[in-house]
This record gives sequence, C-alpha cells and structure tokens, in this order.
Amino acid sequence: MSVLAQGGVEGSSPLLNISIFAIFVVITLAIVIRVSKKASSGASDFYTAGGGFSGPQNGIAISGDYLSAASFLGIAGAIALYGYDGFLYSVGFLVAWLVALLLVAELLRNTGRYTMGDVLAFRMRQRPVRAAAATSTLAVSFFYLLAQMAGAGGLVALLLDVKSKTGQSIVIAVVGALMIAYVLIGGMRGTTWVQIIKAVLLIVGAGVMTLWVLALFGFNLSALMGDAVAHVGSAGEKLLSPGAQYGKSGITRLDFISLGLALVLGTAGLPHILMRFYTVPTAKEARRSVTWAIWLIGIFYLFTLVLGYGAGALVGPDAIKKAPGAANSAAPLLAYELGGTVLLGLIAAVAFATILAVVAGLTITASASFAHDIYINVIKHGQVQDEQHTEVKIARRTAVVIGIVAILGGILANGQNIAFLVALAFAVAASANLPTILYSLFWKKFNTNGALWSIYGGLGITLVLIIFSPVVSGKPVDPVTGKSASMLQGVDFHWFPLDNPGLISIPASFLLGYLGTVLSKDKANADKYAEMEVRSLTGVGVEKAVQH
Amino acid sequence: MSTTESPPPAGESPAGGTTAHPDWTTVQQSTEFQALRHRLRRFVFPLTAAFLVWYLLYVVLASYAPGFMAIKLAGNITVGLVFGLLQFVSTFAITTWYVKWADKKFDPHSEAIRKEIEGAGR
Repeated sequence: MSVLAQGGVEGSSPLLNISIFAIFVVITLAIVIRVSKKASSGASDFYTAGGGFSGPQNGIAISGDYLSAASFLGIAGAIALYGYDGFLYSVGFLVAWLVALLLVAELLRNTGRYTMGDVLAFRMRQRPVRAAAATSTLAVSFFYLLAQMAGAGGLVALLLDVKSKTGQSIVIAVVGALMIAYVLIGGMRGTTWVQIIKAVLLIVGAGVMTLWVLALFGFNLSALMGDAVAHVGSAGEKLLSPGAQYGKSGITRLDFISLGLALVLGTAGLPHILMRFYTVPTAKEARRSVTWAIWLIGIFYLFTLVLGYGAGALVGPDAIKKAPGAANSAAPLLAYELGGTVLLGLIAAVAFATILAVVAGLTITASASFAHDIYINVIKHGQVQDEQHTEVKIARRTAVVIGIVAILGGILANGQNIAFLVALAFAVAASANLPTILYSLFWKKFNTNGALWSIYGGLGITLVLIIFSPVVSGKPVDPVTGKSASMLQGVDFHWFPLDNPGLISIPASFLLGYLGTVLSKDKANADKYAEMEVRSLTGVGVEKAVQH
Repeated sequence: MSTTESPPPAGESPAGGTTAHPDWTTVQQSTEFQALRHRLRRFVFPLTAAFLVWYLLYVVLASYAPGFMAIKLAGNITVGLVFGLLQFVSTFAITTWYVKWADKKFDPHSEAIRKEIEGAGR
C-alpha cells in the first residue's frame, strides 16, 4: 500500500510539492500586482473592484470563494469513510445556492454598496444595526478563517512532511502572510483574480481525477461503488445508504436534520459570499454570477462523489484513517494512487491555493466590514475628512490585524476538524444573518429592534449551544485512540445533545426577529422601506461601474 | 457625506447625477410597481417553499427511512443516491427556469419603471 502510518505520504516529494506551490504563488502575485496597477485608490475599488467584473467572471470567483478546503478535502474524505452520509454536505452546499439566487443576490446588489451592513441598516437606525451586522460578519469570518487555517496546518503535515507543531505553525504563518500580501496589494480586484485562477485549477484538477477514476472502472459508477464496498468487507454495504455516520440513534438522526438545515440556509448569509455580489455592476450580472456559480459548484460536487468513492475503492478507508490528516487526506492519497508524485504535487498545490484564495476573500470581507460599518459609521458617525482615503487606510490596517489573528487562531486550531468549524460558521450565518436579511428585504414592519434581536439573539444562541454541545466537551472516549472526539479532553459540561445547533437556533432567530419587531415601540420607517423596495426591485441609482 | 439618519445611498456619487430624489412612496404605491412586486413574490416564494420542502424530504428520508434509501435499483445504485442526484437535477432546473423567467418576465417591467423614475429625476 502507498501509505505509511506515520509521517507524510510515502512517495510524496516535499520539494516538488513546495516548488509547484511556489510557482502558483509567483504567478498569482504577478497577476495581482498587474491588475492592481489599473485600480484607482478609492474604497469602491478596494472593496468591490469598482463593481467592474462581469457575471461569468464573478461566478467563477464565487465558486473559487465557496469551494474551500472543507469542500474539496473534507467532503471527499467524508464520502470515502462514511459513504452516503458525506454526500449530504454536497447536496446541502449546492441547494443552498437557490436561496441566494431566488431571494437574496439581486435585491442585495441593488440596495447595498460594500457590506452586509449596508443592506441591513438601510432603513434602520444606522449605528446599532451596523455594529450588529459587523459583529456577526466578524464572527462568521473568524470561524471560517480558523477552519481554513487549521486545514492549512493539516495539509502541511500530510504533503510537506512537516511533523513538528513548530514547523506547521511556521507554514500557517507563511500562508497568513501571503494572504495579507494579496489583500494589501490587490484589494478585491487582486483577490478576485486569485479566486478565479484557483477555481479553474481546482475544477479542472478534480475533473481530471474524476475521469481517471471512472476510466479505471469502465465509466461504471456502480462498479466503482461496489469496489469501495468490497474494500470494507461485511460492513461495507453501509457506504451505499444513509446512516453510516448519523444513523446510530435518535439524537444523531436529529443532528443530521440540524446539519442539513444549517447547510441549506447558511450560504445566503455568509458575508464573504454576499460581498461578491457587489463586484458586478448590475442585478442582472449578479444573477448571471449565481447561475455560473451554481453550475460550477454543482459539477464540482458531482466530482467529489466519484473522488470520495474512488478513494474508498483505490486507497481504502483503513489507509485513509491511518494517514496523517485522516479523512482530509483522502483526495491527496487518491491523487498519488492515480498519478504518482507529480499528480500528488499538483493536487497539493491546488489545495493550498484553495485555502489561500478563500482566506484572502474572508480577510477582505472582515476588514471592509470593520472599516466601513464600525469605523466610518459607528465610531466616526459617517463624518470623516477624505472618507475614501481614510476608509481604505483603515481597511488595510484591519486586514493586517485580521491576518495576524488568523495566523494565531490557525496555530491554536491546528488539528481541529475542518468540516466542523465550517459547519459552525454556517450555523452562525444561517441563524444571525439570513433571518435579518430576509426580514429586511421582504417584511415592511421589520424595525431596528427586530434586527438587533435577530442578529445578536441568533449569534448568542448559536454560540451558547455550540459551547455546551458534545463538540466542545463530553463525547465518549474512543477506546482505540484513547481520546474523546470533543475539542476539550477530560471535562464534560455539555447539556445540549446536538453537534449542530441549526435546528434550534435558526427558528429561534426568526422568532426573535419577529418578537423584537412587534414588541418594540419603534415604528418601521415607511419612507425608507419604500425607497429600499423600489431600489431593490428596479436597480434605480445603482452605482455604475464607470471607469472615472 | 452620509449622516447617521441616512445610509450612504448608492446613487449619490458625484458622477451618478441623480440629484433630485424620486418620490419613493409614490413610486412604491403605483400600480406598475405593485404589479412588479407581486410578480416577483408570486414566482420566488412558492418556488422557494417547493425546493426547501423537496430538500427537507430528502434529508428526513435519509435520516428516518434509511431502509427505503438503501433499496438497490440497479447494481450498487441505491434509491438514496438517485434521490441525492435528483437534488442536483432540480437545482440546475430551477436555476435555468428562474433565469429564463427573470430575463423575459421580470426585467422588462423592472426596466420600464426604472427608466420612468430616472427620467423624472432629471
């Protein structure tokens, strides 16, 4: 077999892996520097590339932003180990896009300019709602960043054969520094191009591997799955039907529903995805972006189905479990099995690029939210000398701070389950952001108080339920490894039975938004609602992407 | 620039040129706009409800009827796999349907109202 129990993947050449990755970095940095020369210095350019991207370009960039390490490494690994249950992630992550397409993307494009806060605060009292929107943006981005950085650490262990924690920490720091460089030099324009390049590499790479795997099985999916089943022995049949991971008890079944709900409602509340809709000039282009993104993301997830079962069949679940990085190493191991050292190196570089591009997108979103919502509108009351210049200056500084926080957080989170951290970000987005966005866009009576209740309430409930869930403490100790699957070992203070809080926190947050609105003496601002509605449906007054 | 009471409206950049605000409430109350709003909601709300129910049906079946999902249709292809793949098909189909609808049945009306407002604002 191709795998050792310890250390990197046998046959992997760390030097080759680093070289391919370095080539990617050099090429993308050159492109970022080139496109940044075209940019003007204003906030609009830094945050949204002046709204100058076309629908298809943005659609590819969205898929580059969305298909994170969790999608590629996480899902392929989950399918390889748990079969059908891993497939739910793919389905949920894809169907979620319909919420964005039908309810959010176009209306958001027409009513905001840079951040989620623009839309949420449109007809509300500015300062409290912007502060709330920025808080939840930062929270979601932070969890998502942690997941990506933790993924970078694990990937390094696997591919570069860096086993010491110090060595891995250094690599996480390098990834963080690179991402700060992309954001500072290129702003949204540069970040978008990195995402476009990465999306193309990732989808082509996964596509080649998929065809390769299918060709080995005579393009017969059934035969491929049969082989994956045979690899496991008598228990293998479980891979073909639901329940291998979530079918154990009533609680895990509920958990599966909870996860499904968070996945499908989270996407349209992810701030870094919402911000991408501002990089196109019109609602029609936003619609085209989402259409492109749905096709690309859907096709990619179909690939992961084949890759997951392919890894199960060709590498085998035991080998995957023993490899460093466990489930996350399924796709790289499959690459080695297929194309040897070179394909492994290429796929490794693509996985790195994936992390880098997603992290850059998150950083620019979080820094925009801080500079635009908190600094300019909350701290300075919107009264700043030379607003454009100041705003970009603050955003750049914030990007550096966020980069450093992400590096430190990533070093601490190194070894945590990536998919879990991402699911956490989705739960917060689905609970705190989506209800508030939908009420803002569609419910006339919604007011400031309601917005604050649904954002802070949703965020608070989600965090509390996570802290007191089995994810953080109290999962039984695995007799094989001698470790609990929880984040903390040796303590148990959990009282909430589900891993994912979505089932409770999402309805609760919708309810809070409703109660906060009807119980408050605030009256909704009817004139602003009229303006928001007319703008959102007709696109009147949308800032044109003119090159001044 | 923006004050605490008014958010930075997108159209007020110096280059935008829409100095006079249209009367938003009048536009909102107009029959044309009400019809446009009704048209959008009548299309997207039922469709959203439909795909969410369809998706939740899939999740609930996967969780509570694994036996049904495990029925093999051909070779190792199970009901559950086909169900999951149908979610992909329905997502692609709804996307295509919505874009066609929006291009043909929504945009022309929306554009007409926008031109009217922008014409009056000058």
